[in-house]
Amino acid sequence: MNREEIIERGEIVYRKPTLMNDQHMHYCPGCSHGVVHKLVVEVIEEMGLAEKSIGVCPVGCAVFLYNYLDIDVQEAAHGRAPAVATAIKRLWPDRLVFTYQGDGDLACIGTAETIHALNRGESITVIFINNAIYGMTGGQMAPTTLEGMKTSTCPYGRTPELHGFPLHITEIAATLQGTAYVTRQSVHTVAAIRKAKKAIRHAFENSMQGKGSNLVEIVSTCSSGWKMSPVKANQWMEEHMFAYYPLGDLKDVDQSVFHADK
Amino acid sequence: MTEETVLMKGNEAIAHAAIRYGCDGFFGYPITPQSEILETLTLLKPWETTGMVVLQAESEVASINMVYGGAGSGKMVMTSSSSPGVSLMQEGISYMAGAELPGLIVNVMRGGPGLGTIQPSQADYFQAVKGGGNGDYHLITLAPASVQEMADFTGLAFELAFKYRNPAILLSDGVIGQMMEKVTLPAARPRRTEAEIIAQCPWATTGRVGRKRNVITSLELRPEEMEANNLRLQAKYRQIEAEEVRYEEIGVDDAEYLFVAFGSCARIAQKSMEMAREQGVKVGLFRPITLYPFPTERLRALAPRMKGMLSVELNAGQMLEDVRLAVGERCPVEWFGRLGGIVPDPEEVVGALKEKLM
Repeated sequence: MNREEIIERGEIVYRKPTLMNDQHMHYCPGCSHGVVHKLVVEVIEEMGLAEKSIGVCPVGCAVFLYNYLDIDVQEAAHGRAPAVATAIKRLWPDRLVFTYQGDGDLACIGTAETIHALNRGESITVIFINNAIYGMTGGQMAPTTLEGMKTSTCPYGRTPELHGFPLHITEIAATLQGTAYVTRQSVHTVAAIRKAKKAIRHAFENSMQGKGSNLVEIVSTCSSGWKMSPVKANQWMEEHMFAYYPLGDLKDVDQSVFHADK
Repeated sequence: MTEETVLMKGNEAIAHAAIRYGCDGFFGYPITPQSEILETLTLLKPWETTGMVVLQAESEVASINMVYGGAGSGKMVMTSSSSPGVSLMQEGISYMAGAELPGLIVNVMRGGPGLGTIQPSQADYFQAVKGGGNGDYHLITLAPASVQEMADFTGLAFELAFKYRNPAILLSDGVIGQMMEKVTLPAARPRRTEAEIIAQCPWATTGRVGRKRNVITSLELRPEEMEANNLRLQAKYRQIEAEEVRYEEIGVDDAEYLFVAFGSCARIAQKSMEMAREQGVKVGLFRPITLYPFPTERLRALAPRMKGMLSVELNAGQMLEDVRLAVGERCPVEWFGRLGGIVPDPEEVVGALKEKLM
């Protein structure tokens, strides 16, 4: 069946999620945010949770997430999204509450809030976009910036002697007793997007079932910040980022017994 | 729970009152001299009775952002801390003011600056009244002077916070927090149902049911829109200033001198007033109950018939500036206070009046 025949028969094989607003995106060409936004609302739509979802967005490029997703959203102070989400979820236990944070927000200024919310086993999902750079402010060094990687605040390359080591916060999260599902995904190929969507769905289901806290890291590109074309950025990510941040599930357990004690 | 008269600390009264007023959530971090608030709440276990959430957060920063999240979802939520902890909360408080969220912050003040002392102080007046975080904003600031007012103002602060969609602060101090007094606790009223919250707070992130999505944010990158947001806030503040001024006057009618004092200092000044009157000096006490909005008009009206006013504070003269702004040249205004956790004797205050104004 060719394209015309499909259109002729009125069979929809793909459409924009109804929970994406018709709002022009501010994200750069090649940026992973748009894909991840779409996956988040696709899963919400498929789970029938549009009226029960409350998102918490960060400070950083995704600060404008609330412009694109047709659900209730709170914009949190830099790094504090997990604290904001903690309160919302405890006060509205039957809602789907998730945060959406970048590496600077989650793994630097908000490290304490991230670790403590996850370790308390809050029934939330943290979506973590790791592109190893501060995108919104123009490409400065992030806690996840790779060794040797050049940014505007480590213009000669990140060196452990000067800047310390890249932070594996997802590995830390996997060691916390409160986390149920901790995974690292990417959205650079169709196959990867499908896996990432499954991961988000699993995390959201855990959140709704009170199985513990969930962290879905998406290793992402920032072609503007990395000063590469989108295609080159994807290649660079595969060659360098995945070596430092290997993809796959780090933990998948049911912490509901622990969680029910609250 | 029916109305009940008991003997307890000011901090404990806040915890009891919060539950009885139907508070939905408390998020806090231990710090002296206010830890009894969180301790009392965890001892009372309201999550088993009213369903109120009580959570010890990882920091004051997390606490205030939990309050932000809870308030943004329409719930009646609060936190408490003492001076250094409240300093850590300033970012979140500014965000709440910017996003126009109701919520209660309790500051049981101790001496500063820095880690300072655990003894009582009123040195966070500027921070509370003038806005301690970034941007042009105000907190509705209530100053309790008794354990009874710790309980009463917990309810009043929530009422005003929701009325104006603005954070409110209970500016107390280590004296009022730690001392025990008789207090009548209100009869318990039930927490609002989810349907009531959704009806009362159509702006809150409760889940997008039967309406467009709600967004809680203080961000607006377009300067024209941000100016409009600021002008809306300023209009709200003018309304608060016009309608919510509260104060108490004792012995003002025949007074020739006035002590102006708030919170615990007003209790001392009242004793000083009585002592001065025994010595034939006609002194009255003017006690601002709302520090923001400040009772500017009333003080200005009283000034022409006074020989002088003494602003008595547990700080180096912070409210003094607002008293002088109100009074101008209409009568002399002087300051007396003790710093660093020292609470003055009533005799010292009378002595200061005589030395500075007579």
